[in-house]
Amino acid sequence: MTAITHRPLGGHIVTKPFLILGIFVLIAAYFILRRFLFGMGDVSNMSNGYPIGTWVVLDVVIGTAFGCGGFAMALLVYIFNRKAYHPLMRPALLGGVFGYTLAGLAVMIDLGRYWNAFNLLMPWYAQPNSVIFEVALCVMAYITVLWLEFWPAFLERIPSEFKQRFGLDKLHAFLKRYMYVLVAVGVLLPTMHQSSLGSVLLILGSKLSPLWYTAWLPLLYLISALAMGYGVVMLEATLVNRAFKTPSEAALFARLARVAAGLLVGFLLLRWGDLTYRGHLGLAFVGDWDGNLFLIETVLFLAPIFVLLSRRRASQRWQFLAAVCLLAAGSLYRLDSYLMAVQPGNGWTYFPSAPELLITIGVVCLEIMLYLLFIKTLPVLPGSTAESHGRPS
Amino acid sequence: MDMSRRQFLRGAAGAVATAAAAPVAEAAAPFAPREPKQLPPKAIGMLYDSTQCIGCKACVAACKEANGKPVEQPQHLAQWNEGTWDTAEDISGKTLNVIRVYQNGAMAEKDREVNGYAFVKRHCLHCVDPSCISVCPVSAMQKNPVTGIVTHNPDACIGCRYCVYGCPFNVPHYQFDEPFGRIAKCQLCSHLLAENPLFSSRDNAAVAAQAGTSATALWKKSRIPACCDVCPTGASLFGWVEELQAEAERRLALKPGEMYEFPRGLLGGDRPAQAAPIGHYQPHIYGEKESGGTQVRYLTGVPHEKLGLPKLPDHSFAAVSEGMQHTLYKGLIAPVALLGGLVFLARRNAREDDERKNDEERPS
Repeated sequence: MTAITHRPLGGHIVTKPFLILGIFVLIAAYFILRRFLFGMGDVSNMSNGYPIGTWVVLDVVIGTAFGCGGFAMALLVYIFNRKAYHPLMRPALLGGVFGYTLAGLAVMIDLGRYWNAFNLLMPWYAQPNSVIFEVALCVMAYITVLWLEFWPAFLERIPSEFKQRFGLDKLHAFLKRYMYVLVAVGVLLPTMHQSSLGSVLLILGSKLSPLWYTAWLPLLYLISALAMGYGVVMLEATLVNRAFKTPSEAALFARLARVAAGLLVGFLLLRWGDLTYRGHLGLAFVGDWDGNLFLIETVLFLAPIFVLLSRRRASQRWQFLAAVCLLAAGSLYRLDSYLMAVQPGNGWTYFPSAPELLITIGVVCLEIMLYLLFIKTLPVLPGSTAESHGRPS
Repeated sequence: MDMSRRQFLRGAAGAVATAAAAPVAEAAAPFAPREPKQLPPKAIGMLYDSTQCIGCKACVAACKEANGKPVEQPQHLAQWNEGTWDTAEDISGKTLNVIRVYQNGAMAEKDREVNGYAFVKRHCLHCVDPSCISVCPVSAMQKNPVTGIVTHNPDACIGCRYCVYGCPFNVPHYQFDEPFGRIAKCQLCSHLLAENPLFSSRDNAAVAAQAGTSATALWKKSRIPACCDVCPTGASLFGWVEELQAEAERRLALKPGEMYEFPRGLLGGDRPAQAAPIGHYQPHIYGEKESGGTQVRYLTGVPHEKLGLPKLPDHSFAAVSEGMQHTLYKGLIAPVALLGGLVFLARRNAREDDERKNDEERPS
């Protein structure tokens, strides 16, 4: 599709950080085993007042937003034809591959009757009115699309004699030729399920504070997913750039920053406008739990706007801080609307247990480990890596 | 380029904003809620009169027996029993029906808000427009088209627990302490009702003719939900929802303290009634309109919010949620149109790219 070359980063795979991450994965594996042997109550504090806990909210609702880098960049690069950003595409895509695949894994841990999960695909059980049904099918399809979009990175690594013998070069050519279809589907699916993650909450009604409950939830979720997508691309690139001393892409990000800031402005205008129109804005200033959460969110949303629209956006350090703030804002918005601002009544409370959180942390660590493994062994990052590490392609 | 970009933006936003003008429960929403659902033709349900309940919990024990659920004994209540008493505090994965008590101050008088106490029964209200059915991704929750009973099918259920999350009354409960847990909820003893052909068809006359008797006779000899069957005072009363509503209105119209013959078990059945004074009712039949209406109705002496019966709007949140889904996904027109636009743009941009590349390559 383009002339951009990607190279594996090379270097040792089993490093100290890699091993530390591995320990967390093992701890999580132990508790996951306990969950399957003794039931969810053994490891989690979920209850029938708060039946949705950190596994869904952190790993799926927030985790997939972190996986929206591929979606956000594909929209910019392939749909709005901003080819300058193309070097950022493949690493963003890889983030999406793992963000979504491991969200799928978290769902399998969280499903109370996981052995029936196939029923989601059985037409006679389909329930098209259900928002969750749409989210589930959409996410499954998108995980498939993400791996297919990423597939060329594998194919490029396979020796050409081997490819010819097994006809893989034809597959490569086919994928390249029709990649635009995959790209389009790969933009459509997250548009659908990221907005639907907001629609899911419409059923909560009076259980959710009016500061979050609005008919605009789907659009707010979609905008926040895109903004978080750009945020994660900035964060990822800065970290990789620092850790592996690749050339800085700060100039490119200074332009991307305006896109992200624009989305955040849109988000805040829609949210505050809607609250004002419905006459619920006063709830933000009554000083209670919900009101304060809302104000913290707003500050976190405003901070990156100011940084990204100021001259500071050219500095890598400020870009990084803005990206962290943006991701914190979007994450808190999702955490609040799914859990913290939800009040089921009758004295129910929820705070995750240590094993429950360790499972969530383990899933994230696994994600980072796989990301490191892939960028070191597959052509993911833009081609101008340090010669000592990179392989000639 | 700019032209098509604008078109794309319009396409994407259009899906969300097409119905921007349509009114909804809360004004300025981008869509209209789905039409409210109507009570099924032969809706059956319950009337619970809190002022008649004596808190004997016979209904709790009978429910466990009828539905094969175990006795529950929370650790912190161990001092109150020696292994025999069921001390379930609320409905749970093992308790489908429970009597809870409201206590205030000196607890001197029953059914009084201040310095009083009151009982309330907790179980599924069998909504006319249930949220649990709307959210269930695998149709495990079903509403019987004839009787309106909301049932759950564990063979379909994937255990995602969105029915628990979405229910405005917090009724479906998942068994978190089991490795192969299930969703538990009251199904109005539909396994007992199934023995009566009256509840299997919309047509009373046909059913009665086939059974060689009258519909009234069939009704009178019906097995009824265990909780209503054992209730000694008629506080839990089983019947056709419309008749139960009329019965509730009748009680509300009478003067508090006036003697009244409270029917027991089955409304319109043969059991002797219980004579008792009419309670000091709150002037509201809970469940008539709440959340789009339910098939269980409550009469209480204490405001219902105090008894854990939440204040809810007259529409079901399922109608709001489905209104949104139907606006965005009606006939899949919006997603298909959006996909078309995306494919067009992605393809054109890819081609431009290839051409540029070819131009660059040619001179060399």
